[in-house]
Amino acid sequence: MSSEHIDDVSGVPTTGHEWDGIKELNNPLPRWWVITFYITIVWAIGYTIAYPAWPMLSSATKGVLGYSSRNDVKNELAAAEVAKGQYIAAIQAKTVSEIAADDALREFAVAAGGATFKVNCVQCHGSGAQGSAGFPNLNDDDWLWGGKTEQLEQTITHGIRFASDPETRQSEMPAFGDIITADQINQVSAYVASLSGPVQDKSLIEPGAKVFAENCVACHGDKAKGNREFGAPDLTDAIWLYGAGEAAIAAQVRAPKHGVMPAWIGRLGETKVKELAVYVHSLGGGE
Amino acid sequence: MLDQTQVERLEAEAVNSAKSRQPLYAARKKIFPKRASGSFRRFKWLVMAITLGIYYLMPWLRWDRGAFAPDQAVLLDLANRRFYFFFIEIWPQEFYYVAGLLMMAGIGLFLITSTVGRAWCGYTCPQTVWVDLFLVVERAVEGDRNARIKLDAGPWTARKLVLRVSKHAIWLVIAAATGGAWIFYFADAPTLIGNVFNGTAATVAYATIAVLTATTYTFGGLMREQVCTYMCPWPRIQAAMLDENSLTVTYNDWRGEPRSRHTKKALAVGQPVGDCVDCNACVAVCPMGIDIRDGQQLECITCALCIDACDGVMDKLGRERGLISYATLSDYNANIAVATADGSRAVDPTLVRNADGGFSDRLAHFHLRKIFRLRTFIYLGAWSAVGLALLVSLLTRERLELNVLHDRNPQFVTLSDGSIRNGYTVKLLNMIPEPRAIVVTLQGLPGAEMTAVGIELPPARSFDTLAEPDRLKVLKVFVRQPADQIEAIAQSFKFRIEDKAGLESAEYTATFNAPETAR
Repeated sequence: MSSEHIDDVSGVPTTGHEWDGIKELNNPLPRWWVITFYITIVWAIGYTIAYPAWPMLSSATKGVLGYSSRNDVKNELAAAEVAKGQYIAAIQAKTVSEIAADDALREFAVAAGGATFKVNCVQCHGSGAQGSAGFPNLNDDDWLWGGKTEQLEQTITHGIRFASDPETRQSEMPAFGDIITADQINQVSAYVASLSGPVQDKSLIEPGAKVFAENCVACHGDKAKGNREFGAPDLTDAIWLYGAGEAAIAAQVRAPKHGVMPAWIGRLGETKVKELAVYVHSLGGGE
Repeated sequence: MLDQTQVERLEAEAVNSAKSRQPLYAARKKIFPKRASGSFRRFKWLVMAITLGIYYLMPWLRWDRGAFAPDQAVLLDLANRRFYFFFIEIWPQEFYYVAGLLMMAGIGLFLITSTVGRAWCGYTCPQTVWVDLFLVVERAVEGDRNARIKLDAGPWTARKLVLRVSKHAIWLVIAAATGGAWIFYFADAPTLIGNVFNGTAATVAYATIAVLTATTYTFGGLMREQVCTYMCPWPRIQAAMLDENSLTVTYNDWRGEPRSRHTKKALAVGQPVGDCVDCNACVAVCPMGIDIRDGQQLECITCALCIDACDGVMDKLGRERGLISYATLSDYNANIAVATADGSRAVDPTLVRNADGGFSDRLAHFHLRKIFRLRTFIYLGAWSAVGLALLVSLLTRERLELNVLHDRNPQFVTLSDGSIRNGYTVKLLNMIPEPRAIVVTLQGLPGAEMTAVGIELPPARSFDTLAEPDRLKVLKVFVRQPADQIEAIAQSFKFRIEDKAGLESAEYTATFNAPETAR
């Protein structure tokens, strides 16, 4: 145990500790090393006083500096809001077509509108705005109510067939199952299908055209190109909201389905609606 | 009743008795390195001037890159994520050049260490260079070794106070200049220096100066050799790089021992005497405070100042230089074998000398040939291979790049005329500081045409766009193919971009997806 223990090989004093013949040499650490170690301990204690640390019964000590990560987030969000401020102000002041024409504003609106879309619109229109049966695809170039930014803004603001909004887009196709016969329905369906593709029984087309002229041209037009005033779809194109083919057309003629889209102005406000309109317009089908 | 002398005395001692306690922590022993002079010292002055010159002056060099890029020769522009090094500009995705340089630094260290030992430690390590600089100040203010020892041991007089305060003040100025120089690598130096002095520089600039001032002052002025011995991992790693053919600073005890201060007396009584006169000059100049005559040791940074010191003494005594010298372990072993008659007795310096007093022909000398051995060739080969690969890559790298992301949701859109449209995010990387007119063209995909969001042009097979200097341009591009031309549900085609003025171009192979029903 005394300091005269000297290791034979290295000539270094040992601490006297020995385990199975292995001796612990005493090569003293530099003193500053241990001082540094003590400083880190003091620092650690100081840190737990300055910052939230010690667990208490219901929460933890708050720390004398009053730091909290929640406040940090709050401040960062506030800073982000301030940074967005100039864009928001410009979007408020400008019309949607002006926003779409300005590169920087459009970029901002597309990003912001995309985020709003992910929260509010994907439930019906799908995460890629690709739609599904009864819910229109917003990527394509076929628009029931118009694909210009202003028209999109109008649709989003007031909705479609949304009863509690007086300015909502309104249209209703009669249930022709009660008006024309089943044969006539088959004929007119064959005619409509023939406008965009081949049909099985070509003999139905001619009588179908007659049925169409008597019942459908008022809304869909004599060339069946539709009418955006009434949200009447173009029946000559390749896009079918409720499915392509004679059977799907016949079902829609007999007892039409009418989708409803809510008016979003109340929930989202003008700025977000504008951003959404610019976003939808940017998806590729915008006019 | 027993008499007190009759009480048996037991052999026992408290485990923590004061006399058995040993200190587990040792105070730093002060080192007062003496000024050395000689060829290695001169070489070190030169290295110091070059390395410090590079460090302090580099940010002030200008390099014209035109109107659209900074004109600082070396600039790490973190805010804009660009790195400028003279004619080279590196984007973040080209960071592998830095990785390559680090590999070269690592292999280079192996190469240098395996040939000339810890040359990095002794000559070019910032710790060594700044300690050297701080010692220059110390010597200028307080005098050389003896004066400093005397001052340190003496009482606190007004003179001592003045000397100490001036020394530390100069150290702090150097430290602040060191920390200050660092920040100029990260922003335009002439602008930043104005901002630093009028208080408008970023907080991080001041914090960096403060931290680097503190570390430079502490490591260079106060801790010195402690950093090398206890904090730095290099000595351990570099020691593993050495082999028996690496040059290291060596005390040639085969000619030095037995050392004696009283050569004539010793010779008179017939004792053998080596060349070492035990003057301790080698110890006095050592910045690490060690005695090279104890052999190779971890603390030795191989600064070679002991060689200068000893050569000076040998010159004065009219003996051959090189009692302490750069030598390889294999030469040393060969010579010690001669001096000890193959280990059969203690060193006898007469064995290494001829009858005329000159060195025996049996002694081994370092030959340049020893540098060229398999190990060093492998290091050199690896080092050159990495360097060459970097150089070739640098000279042939593209400054116009194209990346294309295919929209996945939806993968395709059926349009009213039955044609199919796919969306792509097209990224044009204009990596030169000049604006460029770029033509984007479709290759393949018969009948297809494209439009881009924000570019008011009719659908076409190609369109023009302007790429801003040194920027990434992101375009949303829609490609549309008529239904009757669709050949498969997945067709390959190419986007091609071309600089209208130059020859540079880039291509990206993308896929066009269509639904089964479209065919």
